[in-house]
Amino acid sequence: MEDCMTLQPKPSRSRLDPEPMPRRDWLGLSSLWAMAGALLFGLVGMIRMPKAAVLPSPSKKFKVALPENLPPGEPFVPPGRAVAIFKDPDGLYAVSMICTHLGCVVKANPEGFECPCHGSRFHADGAVARGPAPQPLPWLKITASGGVVTVDEGSTVRSGTKVAG
Amino acid sequence: MNQSTTPNHALRAFWQDLKLAPRRVYETAFRGGPPTTDRTRSTFVFGNVFLHLHSVRTHRWSLKWSTTLGLGIMSVSAFLITLITGVMLMFYYKPYPDVAYESIKDIHFVVPTGRFMRNIHRWAANVMVVAVILHMARAFYTAAYRRPREFNWLIGIGLLATTLALSFTGYLLPWDQLAYWAITIGANIAQSPREITDALGITEYFDPGGFQRLLLLGSDTVGAEALIRFYLLHVMILPLVIAALMAVHFWRIRKDGGLARPADADERLARCREQETYPVFTEAPNKTYHLAAVVRGKTPLVGRGPENTVPSMPHLFYAELGVLMLTFLVCVVLSLASDAPLKELANPNVPENPAKAPWYFLGLQEMVSFSAFMGGIGIPTIALLGLALIPYLDRETEGTGEWFGGPGGWPLVRFSMVVGLCAPLLVESFAIRFGWLREWFPGIPQLVITLVNPATILTAAYALFSLWAVRRFQSARAGALALFTCFLCGFVVLTVIGTYFRGPNWVFYWSPADWPKH
Repeated sequence: MEDCMTLQPKPSRSRLDPEPMPRRDWLGLSSLWAMAGALLFGLVGMIRMPKAAVLPSPSKKFKVALPENLPPGEPFVPPGRAVAIFKDPDGLYAVSMICTHLGCVVKANPEGFECPCHGSRFHADGAVARGPAPQPLPWLKITASGGVVTVDEGSTVRSGTKVAG
Repeated sequence: MNQSTTPNHALRAFWQDLKLAPRRVYETAFRGGPPTTDRTRSTFVFGNVFLHLHSVRTHRWSLKWSTTLGLGIMSVSAFLITLITGVMLMFYYKPYPDVAYESIKDIHFVVPTGRFMRNIHRWAANVMVVAVILHMARAFYTAAYRRPREFNWLIGIGLLATTLALSFTGYLLPWDQLAYWAITIGANIAQSPREITDALGITEYFDPGGFQRLLLLGSDTVGAEALIRFYLLHVMILPLVIAALMAVHFWRIRKDGGLARPADADERLARCREQETYPVFTEAPNKTYHLAAVVRGKTPLVGRGPENTVPSMPHLFYAELGVLMLTFLVCVVLSLASDAPLKELANPNVPENPAKAPWYFLGLQEMVSFSAFMGGIGIPTIALLGLALIPYLDRETEGTGEWFGGPGGWPLVRFSMVVGLCAPLLVESFAIRFGWLREWFPGIPQLVITLVNPATILTAAYALFSLWAVRRFQSARAGALALFTCFLCGFVVLTVIGTYFRGPNWVFYWSPADWPKH
């Protein structure tokens, strides 16, 4: 009797005015988070596939015979390669001819190199003379035996590293 | 039993039904009957899955030419044209280096109507880029991005970016010199965050640039992998993205109560055309208006009668059809007048000189020639962010739906045009005449050039000018007017310089006639 006559009825709880964490909400939330986690996991997996692990490009190493009388300071560009090989009294060295700005192939000129795409200029040792290129042209790893030079376009050496040849 | 008293009765009925079949197919397909009354015109719209994206009745303000100039429909029309011609081109195109070039050559010279299809595809893509940019300008200058349309403005920016991405991915597919070097440059722009990470010396540990490039090319050089990826993006991924964005874009126009219009649009229309009122309440369509009861917010159909609306069929649809036909005409005429270019086969050893991107990216290329990261990624990101923020910073209501509405108005836009055109001309002529930091201080760190170059100075100048406009007119809308006008003018000036005044080695020339011969 007394229970029925209370003046202040118990506040009824609804989904809009919930108790701290009903079991149903907990289940719902945890399944939502489980789904979000699974989607994220799947997304990472999906990005792994187009990010190639083995690059399909041809070998970066090549061998080339130097011309007999290569004057010092004169670049020798093997046909079909973007590499300039120089010979001077200190030895041999190779400078990459791929512009460090946006990847165009630079052209050798009497002062060094010039890029046709956005006008970067480089000195003969690869240092930036002017233009937007952020880095000097890298020197490439080479080995020489006899008149034959092996250039590895995939690995760079510190500028100024010359090889006896 | 009684019906078949004569053996021929069933056959006669069968013959009658056969004769009536075509008409019955028509009647069952278009159940509402011919759209001759307001009621059947309504059924015509909401009884059709393709048309019911439109509302049954359209406000007369939306139908005025000066409201939209038809630019949105023109963008969609151009997209539909590229879609159809693109599918036609896929019959012959083969995405493999060298073979791709041959197949484009076949399309151009051998395949019946191939050259015409390719021309239309290319011209419609160009028309789409122009129309999308102008459509954005229209939506901006009529302040159509305001509440409740803020989010649709963001979707629109997504559509702009996707349109440009579609065009750019299509640029590689012919595998000619132009394509190859544009993609080389594009992929290296994706790699250009290295400009920052290299300067900080952290590329070894954190290399988002290299990751982006690898994801784009699938290799470390532009080759077969890159071609198939760009092809996949161009014919599958990006069209799906743009279709989804378009669906949301259109649906929201409908949900936001049609096109934006001035608050007093009804009064203004009533002043000029009193006689044309439609008996909407006596012949009300039997479906749409009870939906209005569950629509919340400031949609125009709530709280006022649809006095100034006309049936979408025929008024809106015929106008849309007219714009579609006009777009088609423009594309066909341009295709007959000028062929899509095809240069020599791609040669990875000798860059095209000058190697120019498609025209709408030449402004970017101009900025890239100062700093790869800032011009290619930094400033475009800032510009897109600035555009995206506009509806969330301009919370005013004055002048919605009116050309150049808001504090300052047309005089401010005119002044902004002067500033927007002069600033890039000044900065560019200084840089062309006197060179830039590296010429004066050869040993200067790259980070300084990345941060201080003509492109960043121009961006800063525009930003400062817009802040001045906010202060001067005490209004965020005034700042937005200044900023957007500057953005458009800067885009035009840089694009024109990149297109007409840059020659071999990206050197400034007054005319291509002055270019060195070799």
